[in-house]
Amino acid sequence: MFGKLSWAAIPFDQPIPLITGAVVLVAILAVLAWVVIAGHLPYLWREWITSVDHKRIGVMYTLLASVMLLRGFSDAIMMRAQQAVAYHSQGYLPPEHFNQIFSAHGTIMIFFVAMPFVIGLMNLVVPLQLGVRDVAFPTLNSVGFWLTATGALLVNVSLVVGEFARTGWLPYPPLSELTYSPGVGVDYYLWSLLISGVGTLVAGINLVTTVLKLRTRGMTYLRMPMFCWTTLASNLLIVAAFPILTATLLMLMLDRYFGFHFFTNEAGGNVMMFMNLIWAWGHPEVYILILPAFGIYSEVVSTFSGKPLFGYRSMVLATMAICVISFMVWLHHFFTMGAGPDVNAIFGIASMIIAVPTGVKIYNWLFTMYGGRIRFTTPMMWSLGFMVTFIIGGLTGVLVAVPPADFLLHNSLFLVAHFHNVIIGGVLFGAFAGYTYWFPKAFGFRLHEGYGKAAFWFWLVGFYVAFFPLYAVGFLGMTRRMQHYNVAEWRPWLLVAGFGAVLILIGIVFQIMQLVVSIRHRAELRDATGDPWDGRSLEWATASPPPVFNFAVMPDVSGADAYWTMKMHAREQGPGSSAPDYRDVEMPRNSPTGFVCAFFATIMGFALIWHIWWMVAAGGIGAFATFVAFAWRDHDEYVIPAAEVARIDRANLEARRAALSFAGSA
Amino acid sequence: MTDATLAFAQGGSQHLAGTATIVHDGPASKRIVTGYGFWIFLLSDIIMFSCFFAAYAVLVGQTAGGPHGSQLFDLRSVAAETGLLLLSSFTCGLASIAAGVRNERWFQAAMAATCVLGLAFLALEGREFASLVAQGAGPTRSAFLSSFFSLVGCHGMHVSAGILWLLTMMAQVFAKGFRADIQRRLLCFALFWHALDIIWVAVFSVVYLLGSAV
Repeated sequence: MFGKLSWAAIPFDQPIPLITGAVVLVAILAVLAWVVIAGHLPYLWREWITSVDHKRIGVMYTLLASVMLLRGFSDAIMMRAQQAVAYHSQGYLPPEHFNQIFSAHGTIMIFFVAMPFVIGLMNLVVPLQLGVRDVAFPTLNSVGFWLTATGALLVNVSLVVGEFARTGWLPYPPLSELTYSPGVGVDYYLWSLLISGVGTLVAGINLVTTVLKLRTRGMTYLRMPMFCWTTLASNLLIVAAFPILTATLLMLMLDRYFGFHFFTNEAGGNVMMFMNLIWAWGHPEVYILILPAFGIYSEVVSTFSGKPLFGYRSMVLATMAICVISFMVWLHHFFTMGAGPDVNAIFGIASMIIAVPTGVKIYNWLFTMYGGRIRFTTPMMWSLGFMVTFIIGGLTGVLVAVPPADFLLHNSLFLVAHFHNVIIGGVLFGAFAGYTYWFPKAFGFRLHEGYGKAAFWFWLVGFYVAFFPLYAVGFLGMTRRMQHYNVAEWRPWLLVAGFGAVLILIGIVFQIMQLVVSIRHRAELRDATGDPWDGRSLEWATASPPPVFNFAVMPDVSGADAYWTMKMHAREQGPGSSAPDYRDVEMPRNSPTGFVCAFFATIMGFALIWHIWWMVAAGGIGAFATFVAFAWRDHDEYVIPAAEVARIDRANLEARRAALSFAGSA
Repeated sequence: MTDATLAFAQGGSQHLAGTATIVHDGPASKRIVTGYGFWIFLLSDIIMFSCFFAAYAVLVGQTAGGPHGSQLFDLRSVAAETGLLLLSSFTCGLASIAAGVRNERWFQAAMAATCVLGLAFLALEGREFASLVAQGAGPTRSAFLSSFFSLVGCHGMHVSAGILWLLTMMAQVFAKGFRADIQRRLLCFALFWHALDIIWVAVFSVVYLLGSAV
């Protein structure tokens, strides 16, 4: 009846996951109870859960990422604590638990923190920057988000029902095959990523189509803000790379569920094929994450230097070059696995070449700041911290791109330090910069600067204290993923690293306080004009938060830095006072399709993990029925009459005009 | 942008229009956006197939002492499958034309023919799979057979999903007529069905023709 599922799946003998699970469950139930009792449920359902508004979906993506960051960070600090104490002892985490933690940490941080964070920001900002009213496929956008949430949910369910994979964030066979991992851990991994992978692919298709086909009048490719370009590149990579992940995980699934022999030791299976396939996705994935961050830094640096982005065209070229070359370097993840010197040399050289366009970008940001009147706001601080940190991370990357050096450092903590150096210093700092930069656009008030800067400094210093010892200990020969050790020279470094994790924890606490304090003081932090930073691109040309239709009148673009150009016109000729030409606006109707679909996908995924076949069938039929019901509805759009558009716009029109004349007199 | 600065911008662009020829007319129509997005999806689907093709190419010689393709493949049956699928693409094309001129009778007839041809294709494929398993050459026999069953089966699953979609579209046109959004869905369905044909041509060549030579 319930397949492999029984009471034995609940780890009653392991207090840590059980208590954590209980606390989380109580917290979730408390929040749900509060929502229901306070009567917020209809509002949540109407305005958020069923919303197909790209801004709302973007916010929900970012919220998901932030919550999962807490989970991923809990794993991280547990690992740091374990390695700080597990010298000549077992520490407090048994090996099978420690292995689940490092696997869950990597999986969650990449798939459910970094990915939803950047996809959320792209969703929120790109249609606004392009001057349009929505993304190409609003309902599919909602489906994509909820499927991502399904994946995150399944990973977290594994904490208390069954176990998670012990195979690392990429489940290398043969360890991940049924012979060596007979439990449900790898199955949790496979199904949560297969389901959320569909969501990511949908988001990728949606954003590629949006950038290429939905741009306002006059928004030619070379007038697009840099963030739109990096969004395009990143989503092209999603469309081209995520099917490889899906295919690879499907092959591993077939091995585990039906006894196929893609990657097994016997009957001709080929383990190296897994390495090649997974990294043919995995390396582009790195650039899927970092390219949007590059776009955010470009926007932030340009805005807070008060200058157009230096070398815009070279930046576009560098972005697209990275997009292409990122598919030609995957083998550097396994130089040591015997591909031979010629192949290793080619991939080593390609890996060094990809550093060139990245270097171009760094110079572009430096020259954008050069001669500018720089404002050191929180987003700018993150950007500056990024530039220093990322250069160091990039240089250690070029170091391990040299095959002989890689033979020495492969799978050591040096490698762990390197990729954290680029992912935290690159992607995460970028996500935080974007979060602070666009928060007023999403919610109508700025985040508190003081707490933001405190969070930045603790994150920055904490990062260096936590990860630079790992470079040293890697040189001393410590490999990654060690549950305990007995080498005296490693101990001091690991203690320092543990202290660094505590500093980062303080940084996170400051971020939470920043959010709480900002919400409490939202009246003082209110952004009345819609343009709190004296911005340059079109997202600042509308109210904060923007109305559901984004722009009451579709903008007409006549050059790069579209909103800056408009402000300059206003400066020369005054902001004007004539009534805008309002028209009826057609908007997509909200739909529960995404939520209901994800509900059935969750049931299906859970049933597949536990081999409950009737439930799989029920979930599949439910998902199909949802789509048919969606396809059957007669009205998928509604019209906002011009008078209503005018009424909504009037609230903000005067403030924006005042800001324009202020910009004019400044 | 709602206020008069917009007018300045418009004025500016009109002014520029005389000197510069760079013009972008704004968002594309829904039909173009939908079709374009679906093309992007198809490209991603083709990439997924290419992984299974690559796996087949890597594993084709790994028979683990079991049978090779030349001992297993019945090219006559495969030729019949190919004929059925190509013919179904033709009838699918007829359905598109019928939808274009809003002739529901012809549309339903052509879709029904497409459905029958697709089901016949699936029946032949199912027979082939069953006979292989009966000979002890199922997907668990060797890595070669794992990759064979996955690649061909993946295409078969796509055809099955396509038939489900086809029936849904027949019902939709029956219930709702040729509404604009249904026409867009029909466009996507037709693209999907023809793409499966293209993939089958690759399966036919790479798996069956080249595989028979091994």
